[in-house]
Amino acid sequence: MKLDAKIPIGPLENKWSFYKEHARLVNPANRKKLPVIVIGTGLSGASAAASLAELGYPVQSFCFQDSARRAHSVAAQGGVNAAKNYQNDGDSVYRMFYDTLKGGDFRSREANVYRLAECSLNLIDQAVAQGVPFAREYGGYLSNRSFGGVQVSRTFYARGQTGQQLLLGAYQSLMRQVELKKVTLHTRHEMLDLVVIDGKAKGVIVRNLDTGAIERYAAEAVVIATGGFGKIYYLSTLAMGCNASAIWRAHKKGALMACPSWTQIHPTCLPQAGDYQSKLTLMSESLRNDGRIWVPKLKDEKREANDIPEEERDYYLERRYPSFGNLAPRDISSRAAKERIDAGFGVGKLRNAVYLDFSKVIKEQGMAKVKEKYGNLFSMYKKITADDAYAAPMKISPAAHFSMGGLWVDYELMTTIPGLFAVGEANFADHGANRLGANSLLQASVDGYFILPYTIANYLAGELKAEKATIKHPQFDIAEKEVKEQLELLINIKGTKTADDFHKELGKLLYDQCGLSRSAAGLTEAIKGIQLLRNAFYKDLMVSGTPGEINAELEKAGRVADYLEIAELMCHDALSREESCGAHFREEYQTPDGEALRNDEKFCYVSAWEWTGKDIEPILHPEPLVFEFIKLSVRSYS
Amino acid sequence: MNIHLKIWRQKDAQTEGKLVDYDLNEIDQHMSFLEMIDTLNKQLILKGDNPVEFDHDCREGICGSCGMMINGQAHGPVPGLTVCQLHMREFKENETIYVEPFRAVAFPVKRDLKIDRSAFDRIIQSGGFITASTGQPQEANALLINHETAESAFDSAACIGCGACVATCKNSSAALFTSAKISHLAKLPQGKQEADKRVLHMVAQMDEEGFGHCSNTEACEAKCPQGISVLNIARMNWEHLRAEVLK
Repeated sequence: MKLDAKIPIGPLENKWSFYKEHARLVNPANRKKLPVIVIGTGLSGASAAASLAELGYPVQSFCFQDSARRAHSVAAQGGVNAAKNYQNDGDSVYRMFYDTLKGGDFRSREANVYRLAECSLNLIDQAVAQGVPFAREYGGYLSNRSFGGVQVSRTFYARGQTGQQLLLGAYQSLMRQVELKKVTLHTRHEMLDLVVIDGKAKGVIVRNLDTGAIERYAAEAVVIATGGFGKIYYLSTLAMGCNASAIWRAHKKGALMACPSWTQIHPTCLPQAGDYQSKLTLMSESLRNDGRIWVPKLKDEKREANDIPEEERDYYLERRYPSFGNLAPRDISSRAAKERIDAGFGVGKLRNAVYLDFSKVIKEQGMAKVKEKYGNLFSMYKKITADDAYAAPMKISPAAHFSMGGLWVDYELMTTIPGLFAVGEANFADHGANRLGANSLLQASVDGYFILPYTIANYLAGELKAEKATIKHPQFDIAEKEVKEQLELLINIKGTKTADDFHKELGKLLYDQCGLSRSAAGLTEAIKGIQLLRNAFYKDLMVSGTPGEINAELEKAGRVADYLEIAELMCHDALSREESCGAHFREEYQTPDGEALRNDEKFCYVSAWEWTGKDIEPILHPEPLVFEFIKLSVRSYS
Repeated sequence: MNIHLKIWRQKDAQTEGKLVDYDLNEIDQHMSFLEMIDTLNKQLILKGDNPVEFDHDCREGICGSCGMMINGQAHGPVPGLTVCQLHMREFKENETIYVEPFRAVAFPVKRDLKIDRSAFDRIIQSGGFITASTGQPQEANALLINHETAESAFDSAACIGCGACVATCKNSSAALFTSAKISHLAKLPQGKQEADKRVLHMVAQMDEEGFGHCSNTEACEAKCPQGISVLNIARMNWEHLRAEVLK
């Protein structure tokens, strides 16, 4: 299979305009004849569904939550980037493009990243028009703040709830289309299979989570907008329901998966406190602006943080990365924390954390100022841990956060199955091997509002004369039968362990061997471990109840079954990439002082993986990354 | 710690429910309330029983999925929290804890602690938006909004749609939820174009869904995890009256 990214010709800054000027259109009367399915109602799914419905395509929208407003985009805190240059600090589309490409360690496409930066300008206008209450200066102009990895202030924010406010803007646009009967919204429905007819995506099989009924929906195109799958590590910053089932089942129907092992592990989360724990809450990156990260210099230190004198503290980020210090990028900060914890310098009951200390800033700027800046985060910390971060340092730890990998898509956001599109975190496209802060909300929005409406038309224009999809097609019978058989299979095992038991075991294995640092030996061992665990799962899983009713355990079991397969692919992906780049750190490929060693000669490509069947090794299809406009450089922060 | 639970179990909206007793031992006081229910559910599943069904997702207080009455209070005894942020250290050794679904005519029980809050979506659908199709807007800074107005609109917009206000109100009124959205959009210049139509439609929809009237006890604000102010209700009433007069 030869992958064609379909990058338009011409200068970088003209590519997207050139594409838009030459893409095929569908006239308004014909749009009514071209129904589209959108899976997921987060920022990318809701914005796509609303925008397509406004254009006149009949949209069927699905989410597993009980309301479209609850998708996990809601939890993004910090902000959304845009190259408006409102601060007159030298920002531009080109600079944002370069920062994002460099932040991703030069493992993404120039054309995609440039388009992301270009479309960021319009996004802020669109969100303001919808009523998103971004922070404002006293004179009424929009306010900005700075974020990790860049030297300008281009982040727009709505206190610490930017994701919530952007999502509500998209949700409200979606609900307007529901009222106009342009969108049919199916909440509490989970996609369990993709239906492919004559090589094209033509429908889905979903399960109604309130009744257990298996339902069929046909359309002329399917858009997957189901977000990331960091929850595969069990402990993560994600919501409990976040899952990879839609993208994985599409993968098994022929859509390639790109770089599935590239997972961002966020450095500032609350550490695990016990086996019962279900989630690791994120503490905003903004805390690193003023907090200092350290561990004791003494192994197995028994004293409380405040009793350890200054000269016995190791401010390891300031020591290793003097020019960026505590604001080193996420992948580098997380790895440095792991290095210290693994070496035996971790703090806290389970020795799995590092200190984030505010005593210096409290002394310098005063308690009142610190309260004003971070009061809500300190009170959140207290709610969860019962500890007072004004009196003693916070204890923080890295946790799985964002999937840079996902379904492979071309410049049009179309997967290798014609008619199947993937938008937002569900695709792999724009962040390379490491995502910069405040770029995830941006990518989700831009994909849904501004890119997909053009690219999907270019595809649908060709489907006007094709035979219309119908749920009576035999491919629907086959897909529905497989879905029902899988549900029966899971529920009839009647073993002795719950889906969560298996998920926790998988998560630990994956975090240890395919998390912050990876090695050939560890990954090979992990593949064997995952296969054993998968066999055990099908022998010893226990799900109570029946498939024909509300059954949260059955939902979980299906998701864990998929995780047990994706985990193996992640390990293959990490094993085949014999270099270190961004979040992917191979122990064998590092500089003498422990920094990532990229290999542009051999690995300057996107790894796209083809499913070949159960228990058969997947096939790698590399998509070479061609850099025409910028020069590859070493990503140094020291 | 050891606790005694009395949890509402109900098969579906048509079947009568009842409180069922469960004893849990050796619960870690640093567990969240939902992790405590996870622990109970694991025991139930391994016995072959149906676990307690409850809504939850982000477990960090922002998605608005979780919500239950704990000892008669929406989201439990601590103000300003959702259930997922409540921890077992707030309870005493050997305490008996009553756990029930949010109760309102407009929120029928689906199963156990899971309820149907789609009425909230229909209220938003009836007018809780600004008509601004993708691609039309003007340059963002062309519209000046002073700091205070933006902050005040944010305060109203922070609602997470959990339904604690309805569950707490003796009349099962959705006035706090509805008014928060009306106020968020009415405070902003972008939202003023459709303000009259919006308030008339949303209030009518709220009544149609079977929510009760507001009798100004302000209990909703006390139990709102986001601290949404009852002043939003005053604004809704004012906006509604104005729209009626100008109709």
